[in-house]
Amino acid sequence: MNHIAPGAQAGVYRYDEIDRQFVAERVEQFRAQVARRLSGELTEEEFKPLRLMNGLYLQLHAYMLRIAVPYGVMTSKQLRKLAEIGRKYDKGYGHFTTRQNLQFNWIKLEETPEILNELAEVDMHALQTSGNCVRNVTTDQFVGAARDEIVDGRVYAEILRQWTTLHPEFTYLPRKFKIAIMGAESDRAALRTHDVGVLAKRNEAGEPGFTFYVGGGLGRSPFVGKLIREWVAEEDFVAYLEAVLRVYNQYGRRDNIYKARIKILVHELGQEKFTAEVEEEFARLRGPKYRLDPELVAEIRKRFGAPAFETLPTVSDSFEKAKAQNAAFARWVGVNVAEHKAPGYAIATISLKPAGGIPGDATSEQMELVADLAERYSFGEIRVSHAQNLVLAHVRQDDLFTVWQALEANGLGTPNAGLIGDIIACPGLDYCALANARSIPLAQDISARFADPVRQQAIGELGIKISGCINACGHHHVGHIGILGVDKKGEEFYQITVGGDPTLTTAIGDILGPAITADETVDAIEAIVEVYLATRSDGERFLDTLKRIGHGPFKERVYAAH
Amino acid sequence: MPLIKDGRIVEDGWTTVADGEAVPADRPAIISFERWQAERDGFAGRNAALGVRVKSGTLAPAIAADLDRFALIAVEFPKFRDGRGFSTARELRERYGYRGEIRAVGHVIPDQYRFLVRTGFTSVEAPECTNEASWAHALTEITVAFQPSLDETQPVSLLRRRYGA
Repeated sequence: MNHIAPGAQAGVYRYDEIDRQFVAERVEQFRAQVARRLSGELTEEEFKPLRLMNGLYLQLHAYMLRIAVPYGVMTSKQLRKLAEIGRKYDKGYGHFTTRQNLQFNWIKLEETPEILNELAEVDMHALQTSGNCVRNVTTDQFVGAARDEIVDGRVYAEILRQWTTLHPEFTYLPRKFKIAIMGAESDRAALRTHDVGVLAKRNEAGEPGFTFYVGGGLGRSPFVGKLIREWVAEEDFVAYLEAVLRVYNQYGRRDNIYKARIKILVHELGQEKFTAEVEEEFARLRGPKYRLDPELVAEIRKRFGAPAFETLPTVSDSFEKAKAQNAAFARWVGVNVAEHKAPGYAIATISLKPAGGIPGDATSEQMELVADLAERYSFGEIRVSHAQNLVLAHVRQDDLFTVWQALEANGLGTPNAGLIGDIIACPGLDYCALANARSIPLAQDISARFADPVRQQAIGELGIKISGCINACGHHHVGHIGILGVDKKGEEFYQITVGGDPTLTTAIGDILGPAITADETVDAIEAIVEVYLATRSDGERFLDTLKRIGHGPFKERVYAAH
Repeated sequence: MPLIKDGRIVEDGWTTVADGEAVPADRPAIISFERWQAERDGFAGRNAALGVRVKSGTLAPAIAADLDRFALIAVEFPKFRDGRGFSTARELRERYGYRGEIRAVGHVIPDQYRFLVRTGFTSVEAPECTNEASWAHALTEITVAFQPSLDETQPVSLLRRRYGA
């Protein structure tokens, strides 16, 4: 308990005077835009994209403000500020999203400039979290800590954040544009479901470079991102992206909002033609102007700092003892703790998915507790995962038991990371104007049904993802079990898919059968799990069993009563 | 309609000529790209400056071959959310080395002015009754740039910097 983390924030890009000035100017710019809207100088049509690019949505019941957490990494101080805003301007809680951001769902338009001002005090903003621009870049929530990491993606994500901020050419794109970057062996960022997925790796000489997947996306026409270039050297990183965006900005469809994403362009042009267009543009752009200077990369890397890891033994006796003595702790470690690259450290996932809870929601008190824990035990750094959980990325194994006790006492110790209770769900009809059905109550019912942690662990890796409409914000297409809310003559129904996979072996799930009611859906999940447990062979994950035996047995059991 | 240059309303020396109407021979005139394609030979001996107006779907490569004939290219924004014009202007400058005036016409708003300038536009045709102050303000409210562009020659090695620094 006498361990004191160094004062410096471990893995968070440190703003300087220029960054701060920019954010302050953006706040004032938005304040003026609001005033020009109120005076009538800007029409509602003209104001809409401006407010969207400042993260402000009009939802079903109120305005929603989506705050950017660049690539999902923030400081304790920033999380405390979010808690404070939640208490002051919302209902005492916030909602972490699948794009590693945070949403407040009950915001007043007239208070938003003030909220943006408060965010700017801690180097935060809501820029480009919405609108037809390049959105907040996402990455691996274990970035910079994971044992299987090859390239630290944060540096390149920050380069992207800077390069895409108010990009003069690419701020009025045909449609929104989402980039994810990952630099480890396992894909924890669902790369191939993004408009652009970048896999950072190293060549034989140890130099960093990037594989580009383009044209992935979910929504009403799901596509898996296509490999368009195996290797882009570090110095060409910006030039290549500039080429991709320019081709998209010029040729992407603007006649139909449902066909405007880059996935449709890649599909309609064909992978080969699209790639040729990009290559042609890239050949022209490549050169001194767009060359990413290694010195700049080094500069940005420096602004992140490096955690001052202590030299610790690989095995912590106190940690092993605590696991041996406390089964609940041992279970949490087995499920929620991942291997760290530094000996004696560990990565702890804080589940925001308690049984019967709302996926991704955290109260202001919980945020403050996590901020305190991060400060004491994880170099003052917190990450948001795309699965809507929080992560303490650098905890000494010696401290894990203390951290777990504090989490457990505050409803944050649920041992279900990656298990059936770790459900991704969109806000659904409870909040969203586009939704056909509610997502949250169904997620709550399913997690309550599978509340028993022992059972969850026995079932093993099984991701359920729920979307309240075909826009697929809950990523149902790539859920091992996906659930899509549909409207049938004014009633909520749910369509189940199985076999989706968000990792590099990306697969879109197949529809199991006709849509059913919410109650029937919970039973159907139960039935699917029963079939899996009864037929799996040793070590088989749900996806493996499904691949081996096919949909038949699952479908039969789910629809047996119909 | 008011013409904006360098954040101020200035006098417009150009006349936009509708298809089918006579093109004045003695003063600068803007014709549609379609008309240019149909009647190009008729402009062979023209002394006064000629400008061409292109639709947002007409991209830079389509007009590249004739660029030396035009002292002005007016790029249409059918609605301000259609951002193709930003790429068109940039390609005209960077790829084809066009040095004449590039004018944004159609629906653009002051909030886009900085982007227009940064992608190579030199003037904007604003709606009647536009608030001149908003255009001037748009050039000063953000003083930080994050990427290389047409308004400066610095390479990407200086991603984040102040304008003019």
